[in-house]
Amino acid sequence: MTKLLVIVGVLFLVSGQVFAIDVGQSFEDPELQARYEKIIAEVRCLKCQNQTIKDSNAFLASDLRREIRRLLEEGKTDDEIYDFLVARYGDFALYRPRTSGRTLILWIMPMMFVVFGAFALWRVVQRRVALPIDDESMDGS
Amino acid sequence: MSKFLIPLFAFLLLVAVFVVGLTMDPSRIPSPLLENPAPVFSLPSLQDPAVEVGSANYANSMALVNIWATWCAGCRQEHGFLLELAREGDIPIFGLNWRDNRPDALQWLQTLGDPYIASAFDVDGRVGIDWGAYGAPETFLVDRNGVVIHKHIAPLNREIWERDFVPLIRAREGVE
Repeated sequence: MTKLLVIVGVLFLVSGQVFAIDVGQSFEDPELQARYEKIIAEVRCLKCQNQTIKDSNAFLASDLRREIRRLLEEGKTDDEIYDFLVARYGDFALYRPRTSGRTLILWIMPMMFVVFGAFALWRVVQRRVALPIDDESMDGS
Repeated sequence: MSKFLIPLFAFLLLVAVFVVGLTMDPSRIPSPLLENPAPVFSLPSLQDPAVEVGSANYANSMALVNIWATWCAGCRQEHGFLLELAREGDIPIFGLNWRDNRPDALQWLQTLGDPYIASAFDVDGRVGIDWGAYGAPETFLVDRNGVVIHKHIAPLNREIWERDFVPLIRAREGVE
């Protein structure tokens, strides 16, 4: 029984290889291959929205990987490739949308929350410090 | 007073954000092609691989470009309406057969009817990418200067047509 479990466990461990998508080396040049892998991990598969095109086997993802390979072979820079995708699919295609008028709010909002939270905290602490310490509240009654 | 106003204001703001955010459909992504020149392309025709068809087929007139495939259930749903539109003859409909296979697509047009002035056969999906296609059916309204003025994702029907397309077409015709 234990033996069987071990075998099944090992099979699960190695099965990742089987399910991985686009595992083959796409470029001879390791530098190009590295850029390719970086880019496909940054691009959203629009058909299956919470996956990158690296993780998806939807035909649209494989088409987009093919286009990215073609653009890399043509000697395009990373920025030119991202521009190609944004021009067709919009900012949503990139997992890290660029800062532009339209996406500015995405980048600024979290900072605003932090600043607002810090301010609120400061106000509360100020008020607490200013409160008179009387015995009644110290007793917790 | 401000003790209540600030949380109330924050709450209303949050409600507004949720109302907008939760009623948006994340599967409908605004197309960056809107108000921009439509892709210029040329592909083998679905009917005859030796004949090239493409954006030249609808140059100098307002047209619909419909991205469809036989694997797409929504395309079957809208097909009847496309046939009606074609019969009315007010606007040419160009078909981009996307990521499909030729025999199935031809069979489809034969049995269901062919609303298209021409059908391009985009077997590897390259032209589809130029149109920013990610889920058929998608329908683009292109004006006579080749500018995309509307994109509809999901099956088309009379109601959507009257509501979203007709006013845009009327407005453009008034200008031209």
